[in-house]
Amino acid sequence: MTLGPPLLACNVHATTLEFTLLVAFGSLLAGLLGALTGLGGGVIIVPFLTLLFHVDIRYAIGASLVSVMATSSGAAAAYLREGYSNMRVGMLLEVATSIGAICGAYLATCIPTGAIAVVFGLVLLYSAWTSVKPIPDVSAGESLDPLAQGLRLDGTYPTPEGLIEYHVRHVPAGFVLMYVAGAASGLLGIGSGAVKVLAMDRVMRIPFKVSTTTSNFMIGVTAAASAGIYLHRGYIDPGLAMPVMLGVAAGALSGARILPGAKVRTLRVAFGAALAAIAMQMIYQGMGGKI
Amino acid sequence: MAESSSKRDRRFELLLGRLLRTGFLLSAAVVLLGGVLYLIQYRQRSPQYQIFRGEPADIRYARDVLRDAFRGHSRALIQLGLLLLIATPIARVAFSVVEFARERDWLYVATTLIVLAVLIFSLAGR
Repeated sequence: MTLGPPLLACNVHATTLEFTLLVAFGSLLAGLLGALTGLGGGVIIVPFLTLLFHVDIRYAIGASLVSVMATSSGAAAAYLREGYSNMRVGMLLEVATSIGAICGAYLATCIPTGAIAVVFGLVLLYSAWTSVKPIPDVSAGESLDPLAQGLRLDGTYPTPEGLIEYHVRHVPAGFVLMYVAGAASGLLGIGSGAVKVLAMDRVMRIPFKVSTTTSNFMIGVTAAASAGIYLHRGYIDPGLAMPVMLGVAAGALSGARILPGAKVRTLRVAFGAALAAIAMQMIYQGMGGKI
Repeated sequence: MAESSSKRDRRFELLLGRLLRTGFLLSAAVVLLGGVLYLIQYRQRSPQYQIFRGEPADIRYARDVLRDAFRGHSRALIQLGLLLLIATPIARVAFSVVEFARERDWLYVATTLIVLAVLIFSLAGR
């Protein structure tokens, strides 16, 4: 209430330098919070640009998508030190996410911006909910998926007690969920990391360290699939994408460094509540045709 | 047998991680350079993002971006950095085709080629 008008007022008359510095600083915070809460910078940067700076949502999702790619590639080496990716699972599911991403990007170019804002708000609400909700125990002893064995998706990962074997389950359901994750990424300019981890972790029952690392790999490819379309449609403005990309990447990479020692539970709950409020605002403004 | 192939997978994974990081650092450096130039060249103007106009055609396609970037246009230079960023995961997928082929894993060579085709379609199409 008190933050909105003054910032908006200074934005309307802001010079390029002032605007760039403000956006870079906000992007740094978004990247940091995104990494600490595991939600990613994309879900924060789009509301930040549209609600606070009144940037058209198409420019905002273009800039956000660029920052998603930067974070994914920049963090890949660090993720791989901590975890292990499953290249076959990743590549198989990338078929679904990349086709989904292209469909999502085309959809973004033909539906009204208000509708994009409403869908964004709903995805944000879902993200807020998953960030607060505790992770349930993975139940063991389910029947094996013959498809996973036919596709040789099962793998191993190292623990202090030696190599642990794991089996991949529910491949078709995971594939469909990944298509949805890809479409959300292409439509909204976000990484959809939460949906990707959900699909691999809870549905396909892949160990957490393997699913987060594989998901980070996939996010870059998924974003690259829709980035081409965004670029050709003129959604990616260099003047806006520059501070967003550099800011989010710097924030996310330093966030990933703090993460191992951080107590994130309290942060997650506070942040989930804030996200829910932002989501309502996106839905409200989207429905009112203000975005 | 399984052990040694898993070790090779691991080595390849780490190599891909380094490839992605290098691509990211290179692209960030180009974007930063373009960004500094942009702030100098466009210092006095007011950016207008409230109304969507779409970017002009000369920064939408790789060929034009490349030409203008080498002429010192700051916005094209940033766009070139962003193109490098988009190319990085695509290069990763291309490397994976080679690795799966080396393992004679034809099913995954085919899968990876599908992903590569989708990515190229997106970047080449209009």
